[in-house]
Amino acid sequence: MNTTATTAPVDTALRMSDVRKVYTMGDGSEVVALDHATLTLGSDEIVALVGPSGSGKTTLCSIAGGILSATEGRIVVGGEDISDHDAKELTKFRQSMVGFVFQSVNLVPFLNARENLLVVDELGKRTGAPARARADQLLEELGLADRAKNLPSQLSGGQRQRVAIGRALMNDPALVLFDEPTSALDTKLGEQVMELIQTEMKSRGTAAIVVTHDERITHFCDRSVHIIDGRLEA
Amino acid sequence: MKLALVELRRRPGRFATATVILTLIAILLMFLGSLLDGLIASSTGAIRAQDADAIVYSDTAQASFVRSRIEPDVRAAVEAVDGVTQVGGIGNVQLGARIPGNGPRDLAGVALFGYEIAPSDVPAPPPDGQAWADEVLKADGVEEGMTIELGPARSPIEIVGFVSDTSFNGQGSLWASPETWREVLSANRPDAQLGPDVWQGLVVRGDGDDLPARIDAATDGATETFTVSGAIDAIPGVSEQSATFNQIIGVTIAIALVVIGLFFALLTVERTSLYGVLKALGAKSATIFSGLVVQAIAVTAIASLVAGALVVVLDLLIPPGSIPLLVTPTRLVTSTLLLVIAAVLGCAFSLRRVLRIDPASAIGTTS
Repeated sequence: MNTTATTAPVDTALRMSDVRKVYTMGDGSEVVALDHATLTLGSDEIVALVGPSGSGKTTLCSIAGGILSATEGRIVVGGEDISDHDAKELTKFRQSMVGFVFQSVNLVPFLNARENLLVVDELGKRTGAPARARADQLLEELGLADRAKNLPSQLSGGQRQRVAIGRALMNDPALVLFDEPTSALDTKLGEQVMELIQTEMKSRGTAAIVVTHDERITHFCDRSVHIIDGRLEA
Repeated sequence: MKLALVELRRRPGRFATATVILTLIAILLMFLGSLLDGLIASSTGAIRAQDADAIVYSDTAQASFVRSRIEPDVRAAVEAVDGVTQVGGIGNVQLGARIPGNGPRDLAGVALFGYEIAPSDVPAPPPDGQAWADEVLKADGVEEGMTIELGPARSPIEIVGFVSDTSFNGQGSLWASPETWREVLSANRPDAQLGPDVWQGLVVRGDGDDLPARIDAATDGATETFTVSGAIDAIPGVSEQSATFNQIIGVTIAIALVVIGLFFALLTVERTSLYGVLKALGAKSATIFSGLVVQAIAVTAIASLVAGALVVVLDLLIPPGSIPLLVTPTRLVTSTLLLVIAAVLGCAFSLRRVLRIDPASAIGTTS
């Protein structure tokens, strides 16, 4: 059975077709975390992926970001078909095609804001000067130019979130995945962060999936997709 | 790798415990090694100093001068061996020496050698009744021009100068003419006195790698001949000392390996979430593991550097002659390299854990 939530943009950032993810448990039984999910994102589309805990939204996000491999189905991100990629190819893919903003931000604690952005280059292509210029530009655009030398511990929650967004944009990705970006923030700060995400994604023409269980922030997204028991519902 | 070094620089406190423990281990390792070098040096100096190609003992002597007797006919057989260019007799007696200015019971252990061929850096035999003294005897109060008394017979020996690194069996050596040695031996060890032209050993110069074998064949098995390095190893107690100390050093390195292994394994567990994030951002396991190795090597190098400096200071503070400690750059560098190897191997404990870190852990449990 297919569960679908599609639009039909000409230029797509993500196309997941009939994707399944099945986990085999210790006793040999199988748990279906994602059940024939089909999802397409336009090149600058922001989609809220809404669902309760255990619904499969993180699994979907992980598969779209090349962190997990699907059991079945096709996944194309930014024109690159990653359905059959091995671990090495997925690592390379993550370096260049996707950006992540994690639930607990997860900045490297001993690197300052600028270095946290540059770590993406350090782990990837190592372009050097162009990467430094991009990091400076992103920090400027995110209003963090004067905080470039600050360690995460010296930044507020909102500033850390902005650094994390900057890090996700460093490799100029086709798709940015936000995992519960507002879960640790109060309502006001959460709304500010969502506004920022909306602004930054739209101004760059970058697609994003915002994983959340908070319906109050979905209006910052172009559309919402619900997921329950591994099945997508538009 | 850059990340690992930045962390070391910015969070030194995180590595302080491991660095302190490793420093203590490195001090122990370097101290033990230097002690072994000192013991070996003070036991073997007289043989190492021999400017020779072979050292000849009698066949049952087990490389001990005291047990060895070389009769004139055996010496003649050695001299007749093809390729032998020079043969000199050598003999030794170990006695307590009374040093002017020291208490009557405050005896210094000395090894008096009588010799025909001068060892390296030892002048030709001085006139009878005189001797060159090893400079380690300065710590016992021996001075140039002083007359010391050897053994129960209180045989007088005048010190005419000093030589270095010629200790034997842990005692400072004296280098005298054959006649002086025979006289002192007869007076103080009447049971061990030798007939005229009988020697305890022979120092041989000659050609060919098989010189010791040819000498033993020429004497029909009446001799046991060693190269100089072989004679050093054969000195009673030397190989046993080396083996014992090397076993202790081996255990110390194993402890270092376990300490490093446990420390970085714990650090890896603590950083699982960070490593998950880095993997999600595109870090390879190899990049993360090499960062761990770089940190382990850096911590070990810092610990070794501090330990080396402390051991050098300790060597300067210890009164000369009290402990046979010989601190050499070779020993310090070797100890450091062994610790670095232990550090790399210790890190291998964490490799499996690093490989198993799932980038998916960065975005929470898969739901």
